[in-house]
Amino acid sequence: MLSKGLIIAFTFGYLALLFAIAFFSEQSAKKGKSYATNPYIYALSLAVYCTAWTYYGSVGRAATNGLEFLTIYIGPSLIAPLWWVIMRKIIRISKVQRISSIADFISSRYGKNITLGGVVTLFCLIGIIPYTSIQIKAVATSFDILQYAAPPIQNFQVPFYQDTAFYLALGLAFFTVLFGTRDAEATAKHEGMVMAIAFESLFKLLAFLVVGVFVTYFVYDGFKDIFDQASLRNLDHLFTLQGDNGPSEWFWMSMLSMMAILFLPRQFQMAVMENSDEKHLDKAIWLFPVYLLLINVFVFPIALGGLVHFSDANVDADTYVLALPIAYNQNWLAIFVYLGGFSAATSMIIVSTISLSNMVSNNLIIPVLLLNEKLKSRLQNELGEKVIWIRRTTIFLIILFAYIYYREVSEKFSLVSIGLISFVAIAQFTPAILGGIFWKNGARLGALWGIVAGFGVWFFTLVVPTIVTAGYLPESLMTEGLFGISVLKPYSLFGMENMSYVTHGLFFSLSLNVLLYVLISLFTEQTSKEHNQALVFVDIFKYSTTLDSSIIWKGQAYLPDLKALLHNFIGEEKTESVFQQYIKQSEKPFNQSNYADPELVNYCERILSGVIGSASARIMVGSVVKEEEISMEEVLGILRETQELKFLNLQFKQKSKELKKASEKLREMNETLRLNDMLKDEFISTVTHEMKTPITSIRAFSEILLDEDLPEKDKKRFLNIIIEETKRMSRLIDQVLDLERFDSGRQKLNLENTDVKILILQAADSMLQVFKEKGLKFYIQLDIDELALTLDEDRIKQVVLNLLSNASKFAKSKVVLEAKLSEEKQLLVRVKDDGKGVPEEETPFIFDKFFQAKNQTSKKPIGSGLGLAISKKIIEYHGGNIHVERKGNMTCFEFSLPINEDVQNKITYPIDHD
Amino acid sequence: MIKILLVDDEPNILLSLEFLFKKEGYRVFIARDGEEALGIIEKNEPELVILDIMMPKVDGYEVCRHLKKNHEGTKVIFLTAKSKEQDVQIGLGLGADLYLTKPFSTKELVNKVRLLMN
Repeated sequence: MLSKGLIIAFTFGYLALLFAIAFFSEQSAKKGKSYATNPYIYALSLAVYCTAWTYYGSVGRAATNGLEFLTIYIGPSLIAPLWWVIMRKIIRISKVQRISSIADFISSRYGKNITLGGVVTLFCLIGIIPYTSIQIKAVATSFDILQYAAPPIQNFQVPFYQDTAFYLALGLAFFTVLFGTRDAEATAKHEGMVMAIAFESLFKLLAFLVVGVFVTYFVYDGFKDIFDQASLRNLDHLFTLQGDNGPSEWFWMSMLSMMAILFLPRQFQMAVMENSDEKHLDKAIWLFPVYLLLINVFVFPIALGGLVHFSDANVDADTYVLALPIAYNQNWLAIFVYLGGFSAATSMIIVSTISLSNMVSNNLIIPVLLLNEKLKSRLQNELGEKVIWIRRTTIFLIILFAYIYYREVSEKFSLVSIGLISFVAIAQFTPAILGGIFWKNGARLGALWGIVAGFGVWFFTLVVPTIVTAGYLPESLMTEGLFGISVLKPYSLFGMENMSYVTHGLFFSLSLNVLLYVLISLFTEQTSKEHNQALVFVDIFKYSTTLDSSIIWKGQAYLPDLKALLHNFIGEEKTESVFQQYIKQSEKPFNQSNYADPELVNYCERILSGVIGSASARIMVGSVVKEEEISMEEVLGILRETQELKFLNLQFKQKSKELKKASEKLREMNETLRLNDMLKDEFISTVTHEMKTPITSIRAFSEILLDEDLPEKDKKRFLNIIIEETKRMSRLIDQVLDLERFDSGRQKLNLENTDVKILILQAADSMLQVFKEKGLKFYIQLDIDELALTLDEDRIKQVVLNLLSNASKFAKSKVVLEAKLSEEKQLLVRVKDDGKGVPEEETPFIFDKFFQAKNQTSKKPIGSGLGLAISKKIIEYHGGNIHVERKGNMTCFEFSLPINEDVQNKITYPIDHD
Repeated sequence: MIKILLVDDEPNILLSLEFLFKKEGYRVFIARDGEEALGIIEKNEPELVILDIMMPKVDGYEVCRHLKKNHEGTKVIFLTAKSKEQDVQIGLGLGADLYLTKPFSTKELVNKVRLLMN
């Protein structure tokens, strides 16, 4: 078979690879490139769930109990979608509250209670150490199988210093210390460790798939072949839900594993502590079940294959995974499979130990040290550096304990039984945690007594029997019950006998736990601190941004004291940066008075929580803070005030919104008024300016006539000029008055039934002379025979004349006058000229009064600048429309008039908005 | 003979001015807009230019600027309907020697020109 040296070389080679992965990813993370901050790595690291127990034990369980092994994976897959509700909340709470472990979580929720944290830690240790030891056992067993190619002959006669498992355990402890306790902050992320675990998850999956494919397709002829052969050997009962595999068993087992995936310390460590982004959950929710599916595909084929192959030999089903390749002389495959199992075991040991060591240091050792007043004052200045060493020592101790347990106790149990018992222990935290994050009334005493009682039942129904089996307790306890009371038989409390022992233990422990939790919570009053934490936990998504200010606290702290405290735990540099961050976050400078406000104290306490746990942090901060006891009434009062304030704030916001709206409106109106005012000013200024021109001529010539003795010819000529200019002035005054009447809506139309064609021709006729003088060609095209409309003849004629007159001023060579009926039953009149046209940007203003003057301050407009403005008014008064556009090379002014009788009879008088 | 250039886009005003200054014995040039004025200035270098401000193409300000830049000795009188205080300031700011508003007194205009040109 394989030499021991070779196996050891491979084992430590694999460990070295882990070191390398962890080391390099940590180096790279320091340089800012983090591989572990990745949803796929996150999902893979969650697969720390699959331990050696999965790797070897599921096959063992499948071989004896059939399909039921699946429940351990169905549960987590079913609950995965709920991570979005449960895990996300736990992650958010833990991040905001700087929670370092599951014990810390529970302790923090129930008022940062030391007792609760300690109890949870203790129970975790009791639950997890045996579990850890079976990992060592699995490694040692597989090592033996690989070495001797036979069922393991466990020889505990070998002293520990010759035992490979001992050195493996040491190596793992060393690795864990190196990559798991870099930082005094228990909440710090462990990049290297996460990457190593993710790698191990991938490795064990690959190894298991390879051995699965080997057994299914190389040893046998596919799935069908295996199942056929199994049927031949009467193994059918494994495929169905019978007896021990009944539906209730499936239900309880699935429930159990659901709780395990959420609250096993190692799962909590990976899913919560090492989570760098809540969004990673999105991917993990489906990736993790896929992983479980893959790693379970070949469990049943291997189990059946093993049962068929080893039907005569006495081979432990837990070892089929490894025994099959060896039986078929596949040595390299066997090594690969062994390493796969090794990876499954080590990942569990590493992560569990890290999380346990955090709990032990932060929730057991430090609080106990701090309870002693003398120790407390002595430690206050030096605890910081000690925290890391406490944790490192704890890691070694835990692994050592696990090793001792393995050597002394674990030979007596199969992998699965210890694993499941451990699950049930962890399940006891479920009521306190789920209740804690969804039920504000969940109280400390309820949680404490629920957990303690559940643990008691767990111990009695699941642990005591194993002690009996080991021979330390009398057999009569099992058969006759505790103190001979028959209802207190560990495997059948109150005569319940139809359940497997695990389900039985789970049912009774959890039921009592939930019952006590709920009842005691209902009948006890929370302290103010507790109530505060309960609010923060349950409504975390509401509080996570304003956490520090929403915590109720009364007291005063001297700033230097607070700084010194932090300094002691996280170092000078970190303290400075933490304080800087606080200033940035809260956007307010430190009090001049050198006293920290409650917000800052809370902030410091949270920072400290990350290092030594919430309960210890409470004590430490309490020692530098002069705190006043705050009553429940006060808490409620402050909360109510906050609510009222919020409400008032909301009202205020609404009011000021309305006010803003109103003032905006006012501003707009003012702006309109101002604009109107400006327009009026401008209008007046333009009008006076326009009037000055004729007056200037009139005065100049009048003075000349007065002063000079002129020849008769000149006299006449100048007098004529004076008369012309006077007319011009009258015209201007008329136009201004016209416009003013139209603007104010006082203009009345003199409506008469008029032949449009004649009207247009008359207008055209009066312009003929002008065109002739200017040498312009004039075309007329009228398609409106016998159209009579009700309109103001003079006004419409004025419009046509105005358009023709304008055209004559700008045309180069020709002017066209057209009139026709449009499809929309309108009369269309167009005046086109081939002048350079109206610039596009001026088109919108061309119908404004004195448009040119407005646009070009010092250039003289052609014409009075009022003609088009008046034309527009006239057409609008007739219910029509006027506009200008460029058609081909011609500038085209077009106006329309409605010919619909109804409209005719009701000419609207638009109210001008100016 | 002193050369005077009269610039205005109103033919009748131009006519009255031409009559007045010819009678005074000046040599009179006339222009109907700024562009025309610039051409005459370059060609005939008048000693005095009487300028309207609001004219098509090139306005009176522009002409004044040109004169002050290229023909330093030439006197400039603005004769305009723009009578606001700030308009006067702008005109004098450009370097004009006089700023007179329309409608104007013929006697006053003639006297002021006489004074200016002696």
